[in-house]
This record gives sequence, C-alpha cells and structure tokens, in this order.
Amino acid sequence: MLSYALRRLISLALSLAVASLAIFLVVEVAPGDPAGFMLGTGAQPDTVAALRAELGLDQPKLERYLSWAGGMLSGDFGTSYTYRTPVAGMVADRLWVSLPLALYALALSTLLAFPAGLYAAARRGRAGDVAVMGATQLGIAVPNFWFAMLLVLLFSINLGWFSAGGFPGWSDPLAAIKALTLPAFALALPQAAILARVLRSSLIDVLGEDFIRTARAKGLTRFQALWRHGVRNALIPVLTIVGLQFSFLLAGAIIIEQVFFLPGLGRLIFQAISQRDLIVVESVVMLLVFAVILVTFLTDLAYAWVDPRLRRRR
Amino acid sequence: MIRRLVPGAVLSALFVLAALVSYVWTPGDVTGVDIASKLQPPSPEHWLGTDHLGRDLLAMLMVGARTSIAVALVAVGIGMAAGVPLGLAAAAMRGTLLDEVIMRGNDLVFAFPSLVIAILITAIAGPGAVNAIVAIGIFNIPVFARLTRGAALALWERDFIMAARVAGKGAPRISAEHILPNVTNLLIVQGTIQFSLGILAEAALSYVGLGAQPPVPSWGRMLAEAQTLTAIAPHVALMPGLAIVLMVLGLNLLGDGLRDVLDPRLRDLRT
Repeated sequence: MLSYALRRLISLALSLAVASLAIFLVVEVAPGDPAGFMLGTGAQPDTVAALRAELGLDQPKLERYLSWAGGMLSGDFGTSYTYRTPVAGMVADRLWVSLPLALYALALSTLLAFPAGLYAAARRGRAGDVAVMGATQLGIAVPNFWFAMLLVLLFSINLGWFSAGGFPGWSDPLAAIKALTLPAFALALPQAAILARVLRSSLIDVLGEDFIRTARAKGLTRFQALWRHGVRNALIPVLTIVGLQFSFLLAGAIIIEQVFFLPGLGRLIFQAISQRDLIVVESVVMLLVFAVILVTFLTDLAYAWVDPRLRRRR
Repeated sequence: MIRRLVPGAVLSALFVLAALVSYVWTPGDVTGVDIASKLQPPSPEHWLGTDHLGRDLLAMLMVGARTSIAVALVAVGIGMAAGVPLGLAAAAMRGTLLDEVIMRGNDLVFAFPSLVIAILITAIAGPGAVNAIVAIGIFNIPVFARLTRGAALALWERDFIMAARVAGKGAPRISAEHILPNVTNLLIVQGTIQFSLGILAEAALSYVGLGAQPPVPSWGRMLAEAQTLTAIAPHVALMPGLAIVLMVLGLNLLGDGLRDVLDPRLRDLRT
C-alpha cells in the first residue's frame, strides 16, 4: 500500500507541475497589460513602466513562473494587482465559504443518493424502482442554478424560512450553516441523481454475483444480503463518481455563489477577471485544479483501500 | 425496441424544430422593447408571457434554442474531432510512450472543470458564444478519447483485427477501417449525452455572463435577467428553466433509447 501511495504521490506532483505551467502560460498570452489597465488609457508610459516594475511584470516569464509556482508551494500566492494585498489572504477568506459549501453539498448528495440507490436496486423493476429512476432522470436534467432560484422562490420568498442570499460569517456557525443550506441543496440535487443511478447499477451488478446467491441461500433477505455483502463491493464505481463530483461541486459552487450572493471564490474570480487582476485569476484557478487533482489522488487511495487487488494491478 | 426512442426523440425534435422555425417566424420581436407589455403572464396573445422588456418569452426561447443547440453541437464536434483520433491512436499504440502521454494529457484536462476552462478563456479573450464553445469542446476531448481508447483496446484483441494485420494492414488503416466503425454506436450514444451536458454548460456560462452576449438571446441569460423578478413574475424564470430541463431530459432519454437500439447488450447496464 505504501509503495502504491508513493507512486501516486509522484504522479500527483507531476500533474500539479504541468497544470501550473499550463495555467501560467495560458494567462500570460492574455492580451492587455494589467498595469496599463489599472492606470487607465491616459497614463504616461513611464508611470506604466514604473508600475510594471513594481508588480514584477518586467521580469522574464520563466523567472515569474518560478517565483509564482515556488511562492504557491510556500503559501505565498503573490500580491493582488488591484487591491495590493496578499492573494493568499483574499483566497483564504473566500475559501471559508466555497469549501464548506462544496463539502456540505457532497455530504447532502451522498446522503440523498445512498438510500435512493439502495432502495431502487432492492426493488429492481418494481414501481419504486421506476419512480426513483424517473426522479433521478429529472434531477440530472435540472440546471442547479435554476433549481436554486426555485428554492429561493419557495423557501425564502414564499415561506420565509431561509434568507434569499448573503453570508453572515462563521462567528455564528448555525447561521452560517443555515445560509449555506439552500445553496448546498441546489448543488447537491443533480449530483445525487447521478450518484443514485450509479449506485443502483453497481448494486444490481453485484446482486448477480455468486457470493450474494450464497448469502441468500444462507437465509439472508435480499436487503440484508445487499447491505452486508453488496454495498462494499459496489463501492468502487461509486467512489469514482464521488471523487469526480467534488470537482463539479467546486466549479458549480462558483455559479451558485452568484445566485445567493455568497462571498466565495466564484465572486472573487469574476471580480478579478473584470479588473484584469490576473495573479488572482491564475491563483484561484490553480487552487481549484489542485483541489481536483488532490481529490483524484485521495480517490485512488480509497480504491486501493476498498479493493486491495487494485494496489497490485496499477 | 424503436418505441424506446420515441419520447426522447419527440422532445428533442420539438426543440430543434422550434430553433429552425425561429429563422423564418417567431411569435414576437426578440430585440424590440415594449415596456407597456412588460412582465405579462401567459395569455392567448403571448402564450408564455413577456419578460421585463415586454419581449415575447416564446420567441426568446425559440431563438435561444438556436444558441444552445449550436454551442452544444459544435462543442460535441470539437470533442469528437480531437478526442476520437487521440483515443484511436492511444489504443493502436497501447503501452507505448504515446499512449501514456495521451492518457496523462487527458487526465490533466479532466482536472480543469469546463467552467474553469471557460473562466480562463474569458480572462484571455473575453466572454462570448465562441469562447463557450471552445471551453465546452475542450472538456469533451478527454471524454471521447477515453471512451474510444477503452472500446478500441478490446477490439484490438479480436480475431478479425488479427486477420486484418495478417493481411498486411497497418495500425492507422485498421483503426480507420475496422476499429472506428465498431465504436461508432458508442460514440453516437456518448455524443447525445455530451450534447445534453453541453446545453447545461452553455446555460450556466450564459447565466454568469461568459456565454452568448446581448442582443443574442440565450436561455442562461434569460434566467440571469429573471432572477430579481421571481417574486413578482415567476413565469419569467420558470419558462427558460423548463425549456432547459425538457431539452436535456429529451436528449438523455434519446441517449438511453439509442443505447438500447444500437447495443442491446448495454441495456441492463444502464445507469
């Protein structure tokens, strides 16, 4: 297990290095000079040159890349061109909204999907299965930001149970969780629908295996056999989807933050784009990509834990 | 068997038809402003009501369907045009450095969610439908490359491929003449799924202002404009959302139906 984890760790480091280079190169080809943009069209060339020097934009590209990537490794993301404050601090403040939101949605998605998938698999071909599958088909088709608007219409405007937007901060954890509940539900629904379908399909495959037949022959009910012997064996494709979903949830959070006016990474990145604060854009994108690569790495380790055969195969 | 295709095909065809009809006729003007008629509920005059500028919602949805379909369709085309040859090459050169480079490159692109790619592209080139197409298209490439490689790998072990090799055919010719026709069904089914995902992605990008720009109507931007109006005119937000749901649902059902028709073995594996 240790050598497998080490191999995956090397792969993780390589992926991060290539991703950081790709992001830097893509942002570097962006037309427009941030210094010129900040000072406006009437700025004198020597003023623009002085600001470029101050921001470090006059350095060779390779030097800038190494400085940016090396800085990120030590937690120094550089200084925002617009606000002149450390990017790391700005990102950390916003991360306290976006990350809990994505994790909250992931938890909700799993909580909704497992009972639905188990129930549908146990009732395969019957009315309950058809109803669950119909509901998941609909869930997959619903855009999460539209579902968010419907939730606001029902629970905020009509019933008044939740606020329609904004975030009170973590000084009052209950209020913060309450503010993230509708956004998390909106994010979780389509993912829960996908997860439930994958779980059902995976469980149905496992139900046809000999060991389940043996368990049934020993007197276990269909549901007991499914719960005790089926779920762990059906977990591998489910783990893949849960891992993939994290990236969708983080990216989806960027959109949902717009619906609920949440001060997360999404708001930060859109502000940074409009202000051509490229160092913030590349840092936030790198952070999102890092999260996805890290989750993929953890998912691979989880595979190896669930199914020891995979450690040898890879 | 064909009956399984009907619900999805009918729903999808309705939207394609509406988009095509909008080139010659719409029930109202989508660019003109008629403040006197703003936010009207559905009526015989305006079947789906009007928006905050008095524009007919049905007309907006019909023209918006053109944007959604065009963006998603071209994005699927980009994904297939680049992903399928990459997948075929990786399978033909399986186990070599080329295979490894293609697959690791795919993994890397997968690490960038389509929205993140769109944000990067917007940071460089500004928002617009073309940039949305590129962003969604890039995300489609690894999907098709992986699918093609996976299916092709199994085919390379089959006897008829061995026969082709004995006959002296090279890997590129075998890939084009024998592998590709045998993975086409899978590609059609996946293409339908990616098409529906493209509709959702285009709507999301337009919603945050990264997709089609005014005055071109798009379903996502209609929702963005309706957001502050949900309390006083819920229909303005309901109609575009329902259009997206029905179109995506239709495409997903069509994909399921096609899978059943084109590859009955997969029917029981449906997820």
